[in-house]
Amino acid sequence: MQVSKEEILHIANLARLEIKEDEVDNYIKNLDDILNFVEVINNAPIENLDITIGANEAKNVFRKDEVKVFEDNEALLQNAPAKESNMFKIPKVLT
Amino acid sequence: MNITDLTVHELQEKLKNKELTISEITDAYIKNINEKEKDVKAFVTTLTDEAVTQAKDIEKKVNSGEISGDFAGIPIGIKDNMCTKGVKTTCSSRMLENFIAPYNATVVEKLNDENMIDLGKLNMDEFAMGGSTEHSYFKKTSNPWNLKRVPGGSSGGSAAAVAANMVPWALGSDTGGSIRQPSSFCGVVGLKPTYGLVSRYGLVAFASSLDQIGPITKDVYDSAMLLNIIAGHDERDTTSANVEKKDYTKALKNDVKGLKIGIPKEFYGEGIQPEVKARLDEAIEKYKELGAEVEEISLDVAKYSLAAYYVIACAEASSNLGRFDGIRYTHRSENFSDLKDIYKKTRSEAFGDEVKRRIILGTYVLSSGYYDAYYKKAQQVRTLVMNEFNKAFEKYDILITPTSPTVAFELDGKIENPLAMYLADICTVSLNIAGLPGISIPCGVNSEGMPVGMQIIGNKFQEETILNAAYTYEQATKFRDKYKPELNNEK
Repeated sequence: MQVSKEEILHIANLARLEIKEDEVDNYIKNLDDILNFVEVINNAPIENLDITIGANEAKNVFRKDEVKVFEDNEALLQNAPAKESNMFKIPKVLT
Repeated sequence: MNITDLTVHELQEKLKNKELTISEITDAYIKNINEKEKDVKAFVTTLTDEAVTQAKDIEKKVNSGEISGDFAGIPIGIKDNMCTKGVKTTCSSRMLENFIAPYNATVVEKLNDENMIDLGKLNMDEFAMGGSTEHSYFKKTSNPWNLKRVPGGSSGGSAAAVAANMVPWALGSDTGGSIRQPSSFCGVVGLKPTYGLVSRYGLVAFASSLDQIGPITKDVYDSAMLLNIIAGHDERDTTSANVEKKDYTKALKNDVKGLKIGIPKEFYGEGIQPEVKARLDEAIEKYKELGAEVEEISLDVAKYSLAAYYVIACAEASSNLGRFDGIRYTHRSENFSDLKDIYKKTRSEAFGDEVKRRIILGTYVLSSGYYDAYYKKAQQVRTLVMNEFNKAFEKYDILITPTSPTVAFELDGKIENPLAMYLADICTVSLNIAGLPGISIPCGVNSEGMPVGMQIIGNKFQEETILNAAYTYEQATKFRDKYKPELNNEK
């Protein structure tokens, strides 16, 4: 097994996911399976090749930095799980 | 006349000749949805009541001359990961179960500009992650050719709805095959355009460097027409390509004489069902008869592409899905102690298993110590794949492969084995890795009567070439006249 229990719990924490005790083995197995499959890229003739980050030719796309007002606050806020006076509400962060 | 059996270009003809009205068309589709939805389960949200009102309104305006246009009053279905203002856009996830999009995706704006009628939002694998639509939080869609089988995925609702005549055509999205594979499984035509040809603004992102929206239709002519509507530059998507607007229907010449076709032998090897290979061999013979020049070639990219795909797609997904935090998008866990706990509890209870698996894989390959071993190498593979395709397109106009190694498999057949499900994407992912266009069209059925799909691959922005190749084959073989799904369990 490549991936340890500590490692999977660490990764889950980074991803802000909780893995229950009885799910750990399954996550490890699934991750091991796919990582073993991905090993095939070590055989790919990629030495000295540049990386490609997107399917387009890499370039910067510029536009004028102009304010565009999104009028429909109501439509945005209707998706808030909690709100107060036109704002998204979250629990206290600083104590 | 069976209205819902007609293609969109046939519907247009009937509207023009006043053989049909817009309301008659809409009513016929609504009747079909009401009858078949219990078996096919293609929709997350139906908009049938709205459609009736809309049809009457559009009809009045067309008759009074207030609006015109070839697509006014033509119905459509939309995969549920494209934002539709005022309508639920769920991505088939518990996370977005009650999310109402505050704006329209660019493609949806374009459909609205044509006065088309949205019949509803179509089922999919959660956040487009999967190849069977079984990863939907809401329901498992059935394949209209055999209700015990999957429709493919992730745009399974779109492909099944088109195959079952519940919509005349639909929009899907394709990150690793999610338009082409379900189209293959359901015996319809699915086009993944070149990366950048269609704006992704308002498409809920899965893997931004791979995602592309495209048409799922009954035939190739409809595919070209729907591409005409949705293609085009959009400044709200910085990866949108600034290419000249074309009329893709003009490319449909019904002639492939002299067309150079490469057959990459690596796509016909291990894991391809013999009957799938047999149908492809017959299709290739047909192209020879039609005057194309066919040669077998070596293009050893499928395996590497698949490995790179799962690294890149999951890495991008782990980042894109970070926005679902329990603050802005409707769902928040009820039991939490502090802010970090909101994130964790909300994400853990509202994402499905497959989504969580991919976020974990993506987080892993991007994490300190593994970045070079996985993510960087996958990006180098991307360069390799592009180079190899470029070489092939120096000699050939199109490449032909199976769309999927198999026909549609049984419901619950692969869901317990994520890796087996991933391997089924072997023929399609390399196009997303390289940003190339591909179309899947039916090329016959197997001995169980299940459709087999052929994938035609073109060079970047050569949609005209692959559409013409697909059209010419379709005209010579007439799949739709010979085979129809029966919506039963009998096979």
